[in-house]
Amino acid sequence: MSNIPADLRFAESHEWARLEADGTVTVGISDHAQEALGDVVFVELTEVGNVFAAEGQAGVVESVKAASDIYSPIAGEVIAVNDALSAEPELLNTDPYGAWIFKLKPSNPADLEKLLDAAGYKAAIGE
Amino acid sequence: MGQRTPLYDLHLALGAKMVDFGGWDMPLHYGSQVEEHHQVRRDCGVFDVSHMTVIDVTGPQAKEWLQHLLANDVDRLHGCGRALYSAMLNEQGGVVDDMIVYRTEAGYRLVVNAATRDQDMAWMQAQLGDYTAQLHERPELAMLAIQGPHARQKIAELVTQSRGNLINQLKPFEGQADGDWFIARTGYTGEDGLEIVLPADQAPGFFNDLVGAGISPIGLGARDTLRLEAGMNLYGQDIHQDVSPLAANMAWSIAWEPAERQFIGRAALEAEKAAGVRFKLVGLVLEERGVLRAHQVVRIANVGEGEITSGSFSPTLSKSIALARVPTATADRAEVEIRGKWYPVRVVKPTFVRHGKTLI
Repeated sequence: MSNIPADLRFAESHEWARLEADGTVTVGISDHAQEALGDVVFVELTEVGNVFAAEGQAGVVESVKAASDIYSPIAGEVIAVNDALSAEPELLNTDPYGAWIFKLKPSNPADLEKLLDAAGYKAAIGE
Repeated sequence: MGQRTPLYDLHLALGAKMVDFGGWDMPLHYGSQVEEHHQVRRDCGVFDVSHMTVIDVTGPQAKEWLQHLLANDVDRLHGCGRALYSAMLNEQGGVVDDMIVYRTEAGYRLVVNAATRDQDMAWMQAQLGDYTAQLHERPELAMLAIQGPHARQKIAELVTQSRGNLINQLKPFEGQADGDWFIARTGYTGEDGLEIVLPADQAPGFFNDLVGAGISPIGLGARDTLRLEAGMNLYGQDIHQDVSPLAANMAWSIAWEPAERQFIGRAALEAEKAAGVRFKLVGLVLEERGVLRAHQVVRIANVGEGEITSGSFSPTLSKSIALARVPTATADRAEVEIRGKWYPVRVVKPTFVRHGKTLI
């Protein structure tokens, strides 16, 4: 059983999203995703200023085993990326909900409601 | 559901993530593949390799037949207990499989790959012709590999005195029977270690003893990165039916002498040599961050193109490495295309790490 925090929203492609007090949205990958990937050895980060539609490809996570695309769970503009992952990509394994990947200024904060809640994600991954 | 080794339930109990490998349900890792890799390089670990195919060859013409079947020459095995690595080629000089051959008291023992079992058996049966030799597959045997700088010492302390003595006496590439066990100083990691073939019903108990003594179980994930660092080919990836051993860093394993030994594929290899071997297998090192993967395109300025056959992240070097088949004229620099961008790579001899030491 993986860890699925109740205060987060999830995409079916295994990203989590958290609405911050200032209206921005922080994005990472779920515990279930890091578990399936295995040891993460490289993160190709997106760039600040990039604008994504929902489900737009927003970087790559590479484990020893394989490369996996990361998708933006909702539409928005990238306002920050987590450079710490360049030196320590394994943070995605050890602290998947602390090791965020990028932050968005959402095009429409209400889009967050379209994502899965914790119970929905739990069902989606068959747990 | 795939085939299961006698250790399947133990793998699950140890928390293994299981994957299909050549039709077998095998452990990929037991938590962290990178940690398992380091464990083998620094200390030792145990692998379940019971999926591999063990074939005993006996009969008055076993030797003559193997001299015809294999590119290496079993006549080089001076005495019971010696072993060698060989390719088994088709008439076109392509690699049907690669294997280790042990000379035993009764004849020879071949250990071939798991995924190639059916094609190997069919090929070998078809090549028997009039030779008076018999093939006996040994599915009732399990096989464990215990690899790492401390492997032999630790195992010698856990087995009977007579087996311990044998382990202490074995030289590299030697294997001997002791009772119903066959103990060999061979492996697929680039480290010292053992491969032990034993009756399937004894395997769970022995594996349990090893894990209980603190020897970490190691999955196929680390097995792949260990062999890649050691520059060892993986059948189906770096070598296959349409690849010549001359283009696969295996020329050293072809016994050209005596010149009259007509092994299968010899004529094709001689023609290839005469015409000039067009490709070679090299190592690549990515100096930037990223991960090289099989089938990525390699570009060599003013020479041509090649392809990565195996690529991954090297835990020992903390950077990505690969094996690649490139034009023979390739020198020390190339570029690899990763997701539409070209990255410079260093071209090196395809042995990155041996006995814990970095060679590049």
